[in-house]
Amino acid sequence: MDLDMVELSNAPTIRRKSMTEPAGPDSEALALKQHATEAQKTYGRGKQIRTRSVKDKKLRHNLKSLENKYRDATLQAKNAEILLEHSSGFLEPESALERTYKVRQDEIRADVAVETAKKGFELKLEGLGPYDVCEYARNGRELLIAGRKGHVATMDWRDGKLGCELQLAETIRDAKWLHNNQSFAVAQKKNVFIYAKDGVEIHRLGRHVEVTHMEFLPYHFLLSTVSTAGILRYTDTSTGQMVAELPTHLGPPTSLCQNPSNAILHIGHQKGTVTLWSPNSSTPLVKLLPHHGPVRGLAVDRSGRYMVSTGQDRRMSVWDIRMFKEVHTHHLRQPGATISISDRDLTAVGWGTQVFIFKSDLFTKSLDSLDPSEAAQPKVPAPYMAWGGEGQTISRVRYCPFEDVLGISHTSGFSSILVPGAGEPNFDALEYGTNPYETTKQRQEAEVRALLNKLQPEMISLDPNFVGNLDLASAEQRKREKDLDAKPEDKIKKLKERGRGRNSALRRHLRKRGQKNVIDEEKVRAREALQMQNGREREKLERLEVEYGPALARFARKGA
Amino acid sequence: MKIKALSRSTSSHQAPGSNVARMPRNLDPALHPFERAREYTRALQATKLERMFAAPFIASLGQGHVDGVYSFAKDPESLEHFASGSGDGVVKVWDLPSQEEIWHGQAHENIVKGMCWTRDKRLLTCGSDKTIKLFDPYNTPAGSAPTATWLGQSAFTGITHHRSLPSFAASSSSIFIYDVSRSSTTPTQTLGWPTSVETITAVSFNQTETSILASTATDRAVILYDLRTSSPLHRTVLTLASNAISWNPMEAFNFAVANEDHNIYIFDMRQMKRALNVLRDHVAAVMDVEFSPTGEELVSASYDRTVRLWDRARGHSRDIYHTKRMQRVFACAWTPDANYVLSGSDDGNVRLWRARASSRQGVKSFRERQKLEYDDALKARYAHMPEIRRIARHRHLPKQVKKAAEIKGEEIKAIKRREENERRHSKKGKVRRRSEREKMVLATEQ
Repeated sequence: MDLDMVELSNAPTIRRKSMTEPAGPDSEALALKQHATEAQKTYGRGKQIRTRSVKDKKLRHNLKSLENKYRDATLQAKNAEILLEHSSGFLEPESALERTYKVRQDEIRADVAVETAKKGFELKLEGLGPYDVCEYARNGRELLIAGRKGHVATMDWRDGKLGCELQLAETIRDAKWLHNNQSFAVAQKKNVFIYAKDGVEIHRLGRHVEVTHMEFLPYHFLLSTVSTAGILRYTDTSTGQMVAELPTHLGPPTSLCQNPSNAILHIGHQKGTVTLWSPNSSTPLVKLLPHHGPVRGLAVDRSGRYMVSTGQDRRMSVWDIRMFKEVHTHHLRQPGATISISDRDLTAVGWGTQVFIFKSDLFTKSLDSLDPSEAAQPKVPAPYMAWGGEGQTISRVRYCPFEDVLGISHTSGFSSILVPGAGEPNFDALEYGTNPYETTKQRQEAEVRALLNKLQPEMISLDPNFVGNLDLASAEQRKREKDLDAKPEDKIKKLKERGRGRNSALRRHLRKRGQKNVIDEEKVRAREALQMQNGREREKLERLEVEYGPALARFARKGA
Repeated sequence: MKIKALSRSTSSHQAPGSNVARMPRNLDPALHPFERAREYTRALQATKLERMFAAPFIASLGQGHVDGVYSFAKDPESLEHFASGSGDGVVKVWDLPSQEEIWHGQAHENIVKGMCWTRDKRLLTCGSDKTIKLFDPYNTPAGSAPTATWLGQSAFTGITHHRSLPSFAASSSSIFIYDVSRSSTTPTQTLGWPTSVETITAVSFNQTETSILASTATDRAVILYDLRTSSPLHRTVLTLASNAISWNPMEAFNFAVANEDHNIYIFDMRQMKRALNVLRDHVAAVMDVEFSPTGEELVSASYDRTVRLWDRARGHSRDIYHTKRMQRVFACAWTPDANYVLSGSDDGNVRLWRARASSRQGVKSFRERQKLEYDDALKARYAHMPEIRRIARHRHLPKQVKKAAEIKGEEIKAIKRREENERRHSKKGKVRRRSEREKMVLATEQ
């Protein structure tokens, strides 16, 4: 058979391509196509333009070359993936009986490299009060912890070098690193203060009064705070100007977080609502209602797709904040106090004295996918890891960027635990502020560049890519406004044309619009039009009755 | 249980003892948020920087002329030499790198109307004293007498040299072709439109299609001639007279004329019924125009005391150059490397400008070049944004130019309105709209 085939293919009479072509190129093409779709998925910037349907020759050519350029760029980015040197960590059971959440920290520490094992440590700070705050700088190199009674400390936690230590002897409600490790803001009893890295007070922000929560937007250089009075304030830390001061009118806030992909602030309130804010609107952009009691913890993942919130009602709810739909919700044993989502979408939730870490399937497991019996009372998904239960009340959990480390501040100090698979393995050294190994010179240059490229507060919006889009709607509006001689639209005429019968647009208009006792020209016209319409209807009815004859007259009706 | 946690060592990032740190990249879009907003901000910065670095004026050459500068001639064989002719009959040859005069001579009794270089690097000048003179600036001392002189019937207005033959064309009431190699001073050919007796103002040989010749005349005509048949090809009459002609060096059939009606018209010689493009921004008569050696851009000199730079395909100028002291500009030229522009004005100065106001010609490092390229791409991408467009387009204009532009705008609007009114009150189809590109063509004759 084989020999026959060879002879056939060698025979000069058979020249058909499909016969002689081997299977190789076909599968190769398939693989290439798959590669291209994958590249488009990760590195693409939205949908492609269908150039075929463009009529204009010049435009079509331009668009085509643009599309080719974009495609090449995505493919090159995809191909550059082989240059990434690290792969993410993991914790995998080897047999069906093993459970990842049963793995203890000392077991992990024994299994990983010595350098990594050192990253799990404990700071015992008894007597200095519950530590409410722990924050990592954007590159994960520096740690800032603050106790409720006024103890603030910064440190290069990997080297164990203390940066500064302050005893402020004042209530501290929150603390945040600013754009790099050179300064940090502390929300104290009355005002917010900004300290340099050596602990010298640089500024007192007199207008930020009684601040309970703070967030820093690194690309906009905005320090945003919410106060007990429920006022949200944005201050530009590069110029010192107050950008916006927005009263929420919803009482003292209970939690605050930022969406890192679009710089929108999420504020959790006493009544279970979560409101979304930008400095450009005096009212919230969106209001969500995930809980029945105060919203205690809020976090948004890096890509800005999901929001996880916990409330005093012991519920934890996951929201898709692109569609503003709840993905699912379930009960915790105690109200979750704090949430943090890592770069690789591991969600850490602290409640009571315990911390639980969930894998990213928390986001994908939707209510619809559960079977109906479970949907009513969905169970807590099995956690990926767990920690605690040693009597230390957890007050904040924060992931360290670019490390498999979770920082936990609690009543008796600070603990750093290893969470394999949490951190982004490959950092980008040229992205400002996110190089863990940056030198002083690099930091300074990056700071200058970041200030030059500072985004304006007006660019904050739910869709961060609206910048540069053509404003088509308002162009139309502008055109309409430009035409001052245009006749005003005749509303009644439009209503007349719309529909007849019992629920006609005219009737509806008369019923719903304006007060009954006010009679103006418009109303008079509407009534006349309605009477005319009814008259015509009646005439038609009578005509039909005659037409159908006595037996069928009952089938003649209005609006037919 | 399989366990793996991230571990990066500092030494792998920067080798001990070295001061060179590795800069790993990760192109994942999630690590680079606010992409559009940041690009836009960068584009805005780049546009601002471009305008900050815009310093078009480089120098005034040497001591200039005593009288106004009315004609230029570039040496086609040299990148750095060119000649300028003045109102008092003095001709000077300049060296561009040193910005100094290298030769001068008294060529004519009064104004030098036209100049050109021969292929053997000698300079031909013509003037209104009815003479054409041939100088040898590179081999004779300054102020020396001409090596040859041709006497004409009337004042000469323009001169142009053939690409390869040793002959040149000089214009007065008609066009005379002379041969440099022959000792006789009578023209070998005489060209002219049979019915026209008006003075020809400018004449120009096509340097690619070498036997084609174009001229403009005071009777508002643009005439094309062919040397091979020794006859005129085509005559187009525009609404106003033209002052200068420049052939596109890359597209041999296209040429631009500088018109008295403030506009520059680009024509295709095969289709003279309509212009390929109308360049309008000047507020006074355009005195001179020249295509850049790349054929993509033009420079024009105008009676409104400004020099403008144009993109061939766009209707409005991309830049305007002026100084406080520059008077009416009568001559302009590109340097043969297309990086600089020269202008000669009534105040007697020959000025050297950058063709791109914010570019610098020095040697650039790779990073600098990369940055400039990236900035250009950003500027092109966000050119439509209102803020960027505003900053990129903004130019400081002399008060009288700005005022004149406003008045001109009003006038044009009034004319348009009047035409529309007329159209509205006359029978449909009687008063037709004419395209702006063919409005100025009054008549064409073969």
